[in-house]
Amino acid sequence: METALIYGAINSVTFALIAIGFSLVYGVSRVPNFAHGSIYVLVGFLTWSFVNDLHLNYGLSVLIALGIAAVLGLGIYRFVLIRLRGMPTSEIIASFAVGLIILEGLRLQGIGGFKGFIGPNYVLKPFIEGKIEILSVFVDYQRLIVVVSGVLLVLVLWSFTHHTRMGLSLRAIAQDEQAAMMLGINSDRSAMISLAIGSSLAGLAAVIILPLGNITAEAGYTVLVYALAVCIIGGLGRWPGTILASFLVGFAMKISTYYFGAVWESVVLVGTIILVLLVKPSGLMGKQKELEERV
Amino acid sequence: MAELDRRKKRLDRSVKVRSEGLYALSSYREMAYVLAPRLLLIVGLLVTPLLLDLYWQRVLCAAGIFAMLALGFDFLAGYVGLVCLGGALFIGFGGYSAGLLNAYLGLPPFASIPLASIIGACLSTVVLLPCLRLRGIYFAIVTFMLPLFARNVIVALELFGSTEGISGLDILPNTWAEQYVILAAVLVTLFGLRRLVNEDTGLIMMSIKDNDQAVLASGISIFRYRTLAVFITALFGCFAGAYLAHLYGWLGLSLFAMDFSILPIAATVMGGMGTLTGPVIGALMLTPLSEALRGFGQLRVVLYCVMLLLFILYKPEGLMNYLERKYHQFERWETV
Repeated sequence: METALIYGAINSVTFALIAIGFSLVYGVSRVPNFAHGSIYVLVGFLTWSFVNDLHLNYGLSVLIALGIAAVLGLGIYRFVLIRLRGMPTSEIIASFAVGLIILEGLRLQGIGGFKGFIGPNYVLKPFIEGKIEILSVFVDYQRLIVVVSGVLLVLVLWSFTHHTRMGLSLRAIAQDEQAAMMLGINSDRSAMISLAIGSSLAGLAAVIILPLGNITAEAGYTVLVYALAVCIIGGLGRWPGTILASFLVGFAMKISTYYFGAVWESVVLVGTIILVLLVKPSGLMGKQKELEERV
Repeated sequence: MAELDRRKKRLDRSVKVRSEGLYALSSYREMAYVLAPRLLLIVGLLVTPLLLDLYWQRVLCAAGIFAMLALGFDFLAGYVGLVCLGGALFIGFGGYSAGLLNAYLGLPPFASIPLASIIGACLSTVVLLPCLRLRGIYFAIVTFMLPLFARNVIVALELFGSTEGISGLDILPNTWAEQYVILAAVLVTLFGLRRLVNEDTGLIMMSIKDNDQAVLASGISIFRYRTLAVFITALFGCFAGAYLAHLYGWLGLSLFAMDFSILPIAATVMGGMGTLTGPVIGALMLTPLSEALRGFGQLRVVLYCVMLLLFILYKPEGLMNYLERKYHQFERWETV
């Protein structure tokens, strides 16, 4: 039981890390960033390539990869989504297409000397090797790092959005776009910044979480699905909801694994989504927008 | 600003105006004007199998499957306002139902395909019901997730042959049956949906897309009409899936593959959203193209995503709207 609880907590923080970038982007710009999972994988892949092909320092590679993710986020908004603002159908399709191009592009072989994923040899080193015993459960340090950095990240983001000029303007746009524009906040610029931050958050999650396993292209779909699931359960674009939902889902999955076996994880996830949609369609914390979203 | 001195003026051709409504029957010329494009598509589709060799006949069958999915996507997105990112869900449910009916109950293909379409459509509708009450992107997200979950569930619970699938299903009697079944289905779907969107039901669906509050205020249940629309789409999608299972005599996890979700969307955007004919044309063009690139592995997915992006950014009206404009209108430059 301790195992289930401790790993449940770790799992929850993982979900929160994955989902918070998506939630931030949707909350600020109302753009569902379906390229989220791809950026996650891309950052993992870039970091791996920098370390193994260019023999750069690990920390430096991570920074460069995150920078690239941020620029990519900017680019996606500036060159693609800006033309499609206000057309949800096109926004979804276009961001999904961008995501697929990145993700499937990473699997390409031998075009212009580019080498994508072959085989399962893509492993990032953990930051610190080794294990520690908590309540007679062995936990490796990397998982502790996940938890600590997840908590830190939430605190940093909270203070960013509550105490800096840029963060406050992002929140203003999220709350009431027209009023914010009247106060001189540039809506396109905020959306662009939110996409850059969201993308690098996806990248950050990748760098912290990926050392626990292999980097595969399929992870892109899984991560996107988890992010979407958590955001739907918590209420789209609602931060506290996202965090609450990741704890709910994280513990539900691990506890059901403990009692019924690992195969039930995804069944539990689908069940939770359908249950939440039936009982409270706009998500656990989606109170504010309930009238707008429900027909 | 020299460009501003002139503008393009578009006027309907007189024959278009003359051939609207009952007046189309007034002369052979008007009748030909109305019938020509429709006949071109129908006869073109029916003749194509005769001109192809065995390999490309199979590609045509695949194109038919994608055309059915694209029609469904276009109908849901363009007329009901629900963006469905999970065509694979319909293919999977239809394919699995048909395969299981065939493998366990021994039904022949011509019984299991229609039955599986209905069973699959009911299942898909029930699964999608919870998100039909919501506006916005919920439907897109849930439909995107479901095929991936369906795979996980099948693997996790080791249902229906798990990762191996079930092979050795009955296949359709011969290649002609294979092709004409799917081509007939595409034509029936196309003209059926076109009729449907011009009926009262279609009008209500379109108004749900445009202004749901107004529909609600008129005392019409949005939920009921959305359910109906999803059921109709699922019916066609599941038919395509059931057909696919019997085409290759096999069912397995790749029925839930991402291809079935993304290619129809690309075909629809390329062909023109909201035209219904456009998606069919788009599917008939994209499928052979992606088939020709099969040797390059994932390059074809990248390619049709790039194409999708280019069309959605630079030519959002799509091919069909463009062609329609050229057919119905003449243009000239006019000095201002």
